[in-house]
Amino acid sequence: MLTLVHVQVLSAGLFCIGLYGVLARRNVVLVLLAIELMLNAVNVNLVGIAAFVDHGKYLGQIIAIFVITVAAAEVGLALAIILRLYRNKGTANVDQLDLMKW
Amino acid sequence: MTSLVLFYLAGALALGGAVGVVGTRNVVHAALFLLVSLMGVAGIFLLVFAEFLALVQVLLYGGAIIIVVLFALMLTRLQDFGGSMENRQWPIAALAALGLFFVIAFALARSRGSEETERLGPGVQELGRSLFTQWAIPFEVASVLLLVALIGAIVIARAGGRE
Repeated sequence: MLTLVHVQVLSAGLFCIGLYGVLARRNVVLVLLAIELMLNAVNVNLVGIAAFVDHGKYLGQIIAIFVITVAAAEVGLALAIILRLYRNKGTANVDQLDLMKW
Repeated sequence: MTSLVLFYLAGALALGGAVGVVGTRNVVHAALFLLVSLMGVAGIFLLVFAEFLALVQVLLYGGAIIIVVLFALMLTRLQDFGGSMENRQWPIAALAALGLFFVIAFALARSRGSEETERLGPGVQELGRSLFTQWAIPFEVASVLLLVALIGAIVIARAGGRE
Protein backbone atom coordinates (compact mmCIF):
# COMPACT_ATOMS: atom_id res chain seq x y z
CA MET A 1 0.00 0.00 0.00
CA LEU A 2 1.39 3.33 -1.08
CA THR A 3 1.72 5.67 1.90
CA LEU A 4 2.74 9.26 2.39
CA VAL A 5 6.11 8.19 3.79
CA HIS A 6 7.05 6.53 0.49
CA VAL A 7 6.38 9.76 -1.38
CA GLN A 8 8.20 11.86 1.21
CA VAL A 9 11.32 9.67 1.22
CA LEU A 10 11.43 9.83 -2.58
CA SER A 11 11.07 13.60 -2.40
CA ALA A 12 13.89 13.82 0.14
CA GLY A 13 16.12 11.69 -2.08
CA LEU A 14 15.48 13.86 -5.13
CA PHE A 15 16.07 17.02 -3.10
CA CYS A 16 19.38 15.77 -1.69
CA ILE A 17 20.67 14.65 -5.09
CA GLY A 18 19.78 18.11 -6.40
CA LEU A 19 21.51 19.73 -3.41
CA TYR A 20 24.68 17.78 -4.13
CA GLY A 21 24.50 18.91 -7.76
CA VAL A 22 24.10 22.57 -6.80
CA LEU A 23 26.99 22.46 -4.33
CA ALA A 24 29.46 20.33 -6.25
CA ARG A 25 29.15 20.92 -9.98
CA ARG A 26 31.36 23.45 -11.74
CA ASN A 27 29.28 24.11 -14.83
CA VAL A 28 26.58 26.79 -14.51
CA VAL A 29 24.09 24.90 -16.66
CA LEU A 30 24.51 21.77 -14.55
CA VAL A 31 23.87 23.82 -11.40
CA LEU A 32 20.66 25.09 -13.03
CA LEU A 33 19.55 21.54 -13.87
CA ALA A 34 20.18 20.51 -10.26
CA ILE A 35 18.00 23.42 -9.08
CA GLU A 36 15.24 22.06 -11.32
CA LEU A 37 15.61 18.70 -9.57
CA MET A 38 15.18 20.37 -6.18
CA LEU A 39 12.07 22.25 -7.30
CA ASN A 40 10.59 18.99 -8.53
CA ALA A 41 11.31 17.31 -5.21
CA VAL A 42 9.30 20.07 -3.54
CA ASN A 43 6.46 19.50 -6.01
CA VAL A 44 6.41 15.77 -5.28
CA ASN A 45 6.13 16.54 -1.57
CA LEU A 46 3.31 19.06 -2.08
CA VAL A 47 1.29 16.78 -4.34
CA GLY A 48 1.80 13.84 -1.99
CA ILE A 49 0.50 15.81 0.95
CA ALA A 50 -2.43 17.04 -1.15
CA ALA A 51 -3.35 13.42 -1.89
CA PHE A 52 -2.84 11.85 1.54
CA VAL A 53 -3.55 14.50 4.15
CA ASP A 54 -5.45 17.42 2.78
CA HIS A 55 -8.69 15.79 1.68
CA GLY A 56 -10.92 17.69 -0.65
CA LYS A 57 -8.79 20.84 -0.48
CA TYR A 58 -5.99 19.95 -2.95
CA LEU A 59 -4.10 23.04 -1.84
CA GLY A 60 -0.83 21.26 -2.56
CA GLN A 61 -1.68 20.81 -6.22
CA ILE A 62 -2.52 24.50 -6.62
CA ILE A 63 0.78 25.51 -5.02
CA ALA A 64 2.62 22.99 -7.20
CA ILE A 65 1.14 24.69 -10.28
CA PHE A 66 2.57 28.01 -9.09
CA VAL A 67 5.93 26.38 -8.34
CA ILE A 68 6.04 25.05 -11.92
CA THR A 69 5.21 28.54 -13.24
CA VAL A 70 8.02 30.12 -11.22
CA ALA A 71 10.39 27.35 -12.31
CA ALA A 72 9.63 28.07 -15.96
CA ALA A 73 10.26 31.80 -15.48
CA GLU A 74 13.45 31.02 -13.58
CA VAL A 75 14.85 28.75 -16.30
CA GLY A 76 14.20 31.35 -19.01
CA LEU A 77 15.87 34.14 -17.07
CA ALA A 78 18.75 31.99 -15.82
CA LEU A 79 19.59 30.79 -19.31
CA ALA A 80 19.56 34.38 -20.58
CA ILE A 81 21.95 35.34 -17.77
CA ILE A 82 24.17 32.34 -18.57
CA LEU A 83 24.29 33.34 -22.25
CA ARG A 84 25.26 36.88 -21.23
CA LEU A 85 27.90 35.66 -18.78
CA TYR A 86 29.38 33.37 -21.37
CA ARG A 87 29.52 36.18 -23.92
CA ASN A 88 31.11 38.66 -21.52
CA LYS A 89 33.39 36.39 -19.50
CA GLY A 90 34.02 33.55 -21.94
CA THR A 91 33.48 30.88 -19.31
CA ALA A 92 30.70 28.89 -17.71
CA ASN A 93 32.75 27.73 -14.76
CA VAL A 94 31.22 28.72 -11.43
CA ASP A 95 34.67 28.91 -9.80
CA GLN A 96 35.75 31.66 -12.19
CA LEU A 97 32.56 33.70 -11.91
CA ASP A 98 33.49 35.34 -8.61
CA LEU A 99 32.85 38.98 -9.53
CA MET A 100 30.43 39.48 -6.63
CA LYS A 101 32.41 37.48 -4.13
CA TRP A 102 33.56 39.55 -1.20
CA MET B 1 -0.20 -3.36 -4.31
CA THR B 2 -0.12 -2.44 -7.97
CA SER B 3 0.26 1.19 -7.02
CA LEU B 4 3.29 0.35 -4.91
CA VAL B 5 4.99 -1.52 -7.78
CA LEU B 6 4.26 1.34 -10.15
CA PHE B 7 5.52 3.80 -7.53
CA TYR B 8 8.81 1.94 -7.24
CA LEU B 9 9.15 1.92 -11.04
CA ALA B 10 8.47 5.66 -11.35
CA GLY B 11 10.65 6.38 -8.32
CA ALA B 12 13.55 4.39 -9.79
CA LEU B 13 13.16 6.38 -13.01
CA ALA B 14 13.12 9.69 -11.11
CA LEU B 15 16.06 8.88 -8.82
CA GLY B 16 18.10 7.19 -11.56
CA GLY B 17 17.67 10.19 -13.83
CA ALA B 18 18.62 12.51 -10.97
CA VAL B 19 21.81 10.54 -10.28
CA GLY B 20 22.55 10.76 -13.99
CA VAL B 21 22.13 14.55 -13.91
CA VAL B 22 24.68 15.01 -11.13
CA GLY B 23 26.93 12.17 -12.30
CA THR B 24 27.50 12.52 -16.01
CA ARG B 25 30.35 14.49 -17.57
CA ASN B 26 28.48 15.44 -20.73
CA VAL B 27 26.20 18.49 -20.35
CA VAL B 28 23.79 17.37 -23.08
CA HIS B 29 23.50 13.96 -21.46
CA ALA B 30 22.75 15.70 -18.17
CA ALA B 31 19.85 17.58 -19.78
CA LEU B 32 18.48 14.33 -21.23
CA PHE B 33 18.88 12.59 -17.86
CA LEU B 34 16.90 15.45 -16.32
CA LEU B 35 14.13 14.73 -18.81
CA VAL B 36 14.10 11.05 -17.70
CA SER B 37 13.92 12.12 -14.06
CA LEU B 38 11.08 14.59 -14.71
CA MET B 39 9.07 11.96 -16.58
CA GLY B 40 9.49 9.69 -13.56
CA VAL B 41 8.12 12.53 -11.40
CA ALA B 42 5.18 12.85 -13.83
CA GLY B 43 4.48 9.15 -13.25
CA ILE B 44 4.45 9.75 -9.50
CA PHE B 45 2.02 12.66 -10.01
CA LEU B 46 -0.29 10.24 -11.81
CA LEU B 47 -0.04 7.77 -8.94
CA VAL B 48 -1.03 10.38 -6.34
CA PHE B 49 -4.03 11.56 -8.37
CA ALA B 50 -2.61 14.71 -9.88
CA GLU B 51 -3.41 14.05 -13.53
CA PHE B 52 -3.40 17.69 -14.50
CA LEU B 53 0.02 18.25 -12.96
CA ALA B 54 1.38 15.15 -14.71
CA LEU B 55 0.19 16.60 -18.01
CA VAL B 56 1.69 20.00 -17.23
CA GLN B 57 4.93 18.32 -16.22
CA VAL B 58 5.23 16.46 -19.53
CA LEU B 59 4.22 19.51 -21.59
CA LEU B 60 6.29 22.11 -19.78
CA TYR B 61 9.43 20.20 -18.89
CA GLY B 62 9.49 17.73 -21.76
CA GLY B 63 8.29 20.16 -24.37
CA ALA B 64 9.69 23.48 -23.29
CA ILE B 65 12.32 23.63 -20.57
CA ILE B 66 14.60 20.84 -21.81
CA ILE B 67 14.42 22.24 -25.36
CA VAL B 68 15.38 25.71 -24.09
CA VAL B 69 18.28 24.24 -22.10
CA LEU B 70 19.49 22.36 -25.18
CA PHE B 71 19.27 25.55 -27.25
CA ALA B 72 21.30 27.43 -24.65
CA LEU B 73 23.92 24.66 -24.68
CA MET B 74 24.07 24.91 -28.46
CA LEU B 75 24.60 28.69 -28.31
CA THR B 76 27.26 28.68 -25.59
CA ARG B 77 29.45 25.82 -26.89
CA LEU B 78 30.24 24.92 -23.29
CA GLN B 79 33.66 23.46 -23.28
CA ASP B 80 34.46 20.28 -21.44
CA PHE B 81 36.52 21.51 -18.49
CA GLY B 82 39.76 19.64 -18.29
CA GLY B 83 39.86 17.29 -15.34
CA SER B 84 37.08 17.07 -12.83
CA MET B 85 33.53 18.27 -13.40
CA GLU B 86 33.21 18.80 -9.66
CA ASN B 87 34.80 21.55 -7.66
CA ARG B 88 37.12 21.03 -4.72
CA GLN B 89 34.36 21.00 -2.13
CA TRP B 90 32.52 18.00 -3.55
CA PRO B 91 33.19 15.71 -0.54
CA ILE B 92 31.66 18.30 1.78
CA ALA B 93 28.73 18.68 -0.62
CA ALA B 94 28.19 14.92 -0.70
CA LEU B 95 28.39 14.80 3.09
CA ALA B 96 25.87 17.64 3.43
CA ALA B 97 23.43 16.05 0.98
CA LEU B 98 23.70 12.60 2.60
CA GLY B 99 23.39 14.10 6.06
CA LEU B 100 20.28 16.05 5.11
CA PHE B 101 18.75 12.90 3.61
CA PHE B 102 19.36 10.90 6.76
CA VAL B 103 17.99 13.66 8.97
CA ILE B 104 14.79 13.80 6.91
CA ALA B 105 14.51 10.00 6.78
CA PHE B 106 15.03 9.79 10.55
CA ALA B 107 12.39 12.47 11.14
CA LEU B 108 9.94 10.61 8.90
CA ALA B 109 10.64 7.33 10.66
CA ARG B 110 10.05 8.98 14.03
CA SER B 111 6.92 10.79 12.89
CA ARG B 112 3.45 9.67 13.79
CA GLY B 113 3.17 7.86 10.47
CA SER B 114 0.52 8.69 7.96
CA GLU B 115 -2.77 7.14 8.79
CA GLU B 116 -4.02 4.94 5.98
CA THR B 117 -6.78 7.10 4.66
CA GLU B 118 -8.22 6.88 1.23
CA ARG B 119 -6.54 9.05 -1.28
CA LEU B 120 -8.53 11.62 -3.16
CA GLY B 121 -7.64 13.87 -6.01
CA PRO B 122 -9.56 16.72 -7.55
CA GLY B 123 -10.74 16.43 -11.10
CA VAL B 124 -9.31 18.84 -13.61
CA GLN B 125 -12.63 20.68 -13.52
CA GLU B 126 -12.53 21.34 -9.78
CA LEU B 127 -8.89 22.36 -9.99
CA GLY B 128 -9.61 24.86 -12.74
CA ARG B 129 -12.60 26.30 -10.92
CA SER B 130 -10.59 26.74 -7.76
CA LEU B 131 -7.72 28.30 -9.71
CA PHE B 132 -9.96 30.89 -11.33
CA THR B 133 -12.07 31.78 -8.28
CA GLN B 134 -10.26 31.38 -4.98
CA TRP B 135 -6.78 31.64 -6.50
CA ALA B 136 -7.53 34.19 -9.21
CA ILE B 137 -5.23 36.92 -7.87
CA PRO B 138 -2.15 34.70 -7.44
CA PHE B 139 -2.91 33.34 -10.90
CA GLU B 140 -2.81 36.83 -12.40
CA VAL B 141 0.35 37.66 -10.47
CA ALA B 142 1.93 34.52 -11.90
CA SER B 143 1.02 35.63 -15.40
CA VAL B 144 2.63 39.04 -14.76
CA LEU B 145 5.70 37.22 -13.44
CA LEU B 146 5.93 35.22 -16.66
CA LEU B 147 5.61 38.40 -18.72
CA VAL B 148 8.36 40.10 -16.70
CA ALA B 149 10.60 37.04 -17.07
CA LEU B 150 9.95 36.99 -20.82
CA ILE B 151 10.86 40.65 -21.29
CA GLY B 152 13.81 40.35 -18.93
CA ALA B 153 15.20 37.34 -20.78
CA ILE B 154 14.95 39.19 -24.12
CA VAL B 155 16.64 42.30 -22.73
CA ILE B 156 19.44 40.35 -21.03
CA ALA B 157 20.20 37.97 -23.87
CA ARG B 158 19.89 40.50 -26.70
CA ALA B 159 22.99 40.88 -28.82
CA GLY B 160 25.02 44.08 -28.58
CA GLY B 161 25.15 46.33 -25.56
CA ARG B 162 28.30 46.97 -23.61
CA GLU B 163 30.99 44.35 -23.98
